Amino acid sequence: MSGDSDLAIDVRGLVKRFGDKAAVNGVDIQMPRGKVWGFLGPNGSGKTTTIRMICGLLKISEGEGSCLGYDIKKDASRIKLKTGYMTQKFSFWSDLTIRENLEFVARLYQLPKMKRVVDETLEGLGLAHRQRQLAGALSGGWKQRLALAAVTMHGPDLLLLDEPTAGVDPQARRDFWDEIHHLSRNGMTVLVSTHYMDEAERCDRIVYLANGQKVTEGRVQNIIDRSGLVTWRAEGDAVRDLSSEIEGQDGAEHVAYFGSALHVSGTDEARLRDTISHFQRPDVEWHEVRPSLEDAFIALMARAGVDQRDHG
Amino acid sequence: MGAFFRIWAVMMKELTQMRRDRLTFAMMFGVPIMQLILFGYAINMDPKNLPAAVVAEEQTPIVRTIIHAMENSGYYDFILQTEDPDESQTLLARGDVAFVVTIPTGFTERLIRGERPELLIEADASDPAAASGAVSSAQTIIASALADELNGSLSYLAQGPPPFDLRVQRLYNPEGRTQYNIVPGLLGVILTMTLVMITGMAMTREVEQGTMENLLAMPAKPVEVMLGKIFPYVGVGAGQVFVILMAAHFIFGVPFVGNLFVLLLGVGVFMLANLALGFTFSTLAQSQMQAMQLTFFFFLPSILLSGFMFPFRGMPEWAQMIGEVMPLTHFLRIVRGVMLKGASLGELYIQMLAMLAFVIVVMAIAMSRYRRTLD
Repeated sequence: MSGDSDLAIDVRGLVKRFGDKAAVNGVDIQMPRGKVWGFLGPNGSGKTTTIRMICGLLKISEGEGSCLGYDIKKDASRIKLKTGYMTQKFSFWSDLTIRENLEFVARLYQLPKMKRVVDETLEGLGLAHRQRQLAGALSGGWKQRLALAAVTMHGPDLLLLDEPTAGVDPQARRDFWDEIHHLSRNGMTVLVSTHYMDEAERCDRIVYLANGQKVTEGRVQNIIDRSGLVTWRAEGDAVRDLSSEIEGQDGAEHVAYFGSALHVSGTDEARLRDTISHFQRPDVEWHEVRPSLEDAFIALMARAGVDQRDHG
Repeated sequence: MGAFFRIWAVMMKELTQMRRDRLTFAMMFGVPIMQLILFGYAINMDPKNLPAAVVAEEQTPIVRTIIHAMENSGYYDFILQTEDPDESQTLLARGDVAFVVTIPTGFTERLIRGERPELLIEADASDPAAASGAVSSAQTIIASALADELNGSLSYLAQGPPPFDLRVQRLYNPEGRTQYNIVPGLLGVILTMTLVMITGMAMTREVEQGTMENLLAMPAKPVEVMLGKIFPYVGVGAGQVFVILMAAHFIFGVPFVGNLFVLLLGVGVFMLANLALGFTFSTLAQSQMQAMQLTFFFFLPSILLSGFMFPFRGMPEWAQMIGEVMPLTHFLRIVRGVMLKGASLGELYIQMLAMLAFVIVVMAIAMSRYRRTLD
């Protein structure tokens, strides 16, 4: 296979077993170049394992495919040269300075004009004045930005980000996403796994995994539409007591709090409407709303047989 | 009362964690048992049954009496009887025998004539402790054995001073200085400690801190990572060799009678053996702590069974067999052989080969465990 496929990632029937347990159980992903893809699913659904197989960090038990046109089984070393992978946990060297970390990466990739590349990266990060500080002394948000800069310094075609914003404050998350879109506009394909719904909605496309299998994929709006959900939103002082009463009622398939409001969703519009009418009370205000991505995912997980409470 | 329950809570948590960490648990019982066995059975401060050679041209009853008496004393185990003095000298230089007893031509005749002929014991004193017991008791053993033999017309010989003149030559370390034995040996001990531990911890540190995943995601192969990590410590090892050799010469006055090139060749092979072992440990250990424990588990028998602290030939056979596996055992023979005895490569190549065999076996284990991926 050559390196000029139109698909950044093209894998079929990907399986990874650890002992008897299949962490990934037959995943197909066809991901065109130049988009930002969100990788979603509960903890333990196989997102990290899939990413690791794509970039050659784990052996593939079954299945085949290519990444940037290179065979993921045979050409791992070439794939590594053209991808940047940011691990879930900060995995740069805390006992090296910011500059030394970048220099090490630049040397490993044999980047020409190393000093200039590192200087530019530090400028771009806004860390030039702190370059002599140990990386371990950075805050969580800065660590993530340093890691992102380090894994993109060699100009990869594909960026794999594994929950890059977990535990990062909202402002830093926003900056981080601005950077991701900036990279994408410059032609980089990005696959980013996340648990945050607002981040999922910032992606061009979404792949949703559960139990090691792909449950759905596509644009955010398409996923919501395809879920066939109707959602009613209840607001008011008495909402707190409503949840336990309405749960399990005819047509009310999913009940979840959104802040102080309650979302009740179901696929059968008429039966849900009927049920809601029984809960019309003076201190509760009902509106039909557009189902959110989260409503759609909760419904998807339930259909896939995943109890989301097991997965935090 | 509250304190009691809190201490109890911490104690129960500790016991649960202790039970999970199998290796530490095994160490807590394995190490004492190992020490009990090694100190209790393997180590002998007054070593017996040391291998010896006897050079004698004549086979008279008196000569046989002397040889038997020495053997019966339990100190000497004659593995060779020859008429060729050169053969026995080679064995002594290689360390295959600890003593050479030479009974000169005409010994019996001169003894009967009352001329008090010389009887020569050459002892390998590079390890003073190993030789001392056997040598100091030789006079008494032989004299009392001869006293029984010399009866009838020869009984007058049993009176007065012994009818022979025992000459003892302590070779390689005539003053019997312990430093001559210990300081060259330390070279091996320090290299073992440093190189096995550092190499063992080098990879596990990356795994433990999560940076290994990052390294593997970049275009670095594990073997490249390993080599890059090892080379600086090869330099450290070379520095240690230099410092110890300088100290041996200028501070402790240890003689250096052999060929430096042979020693450096031995150092090279020995360092390779330790690096290979450290690499293997790093493929077995899950954490730096485990790598340390594995190192210690190897280091202890290495020190005790290699002949570094206690005479090698004084140990029972099973302990010697374990000792023969350790690279340190062979390295000690090389370093002491070269520095104290002037042993040549021809006399030491067996030790080099033994260490190389260790490297091959250990690397085979490492390669079977070696992973390019995170699996």
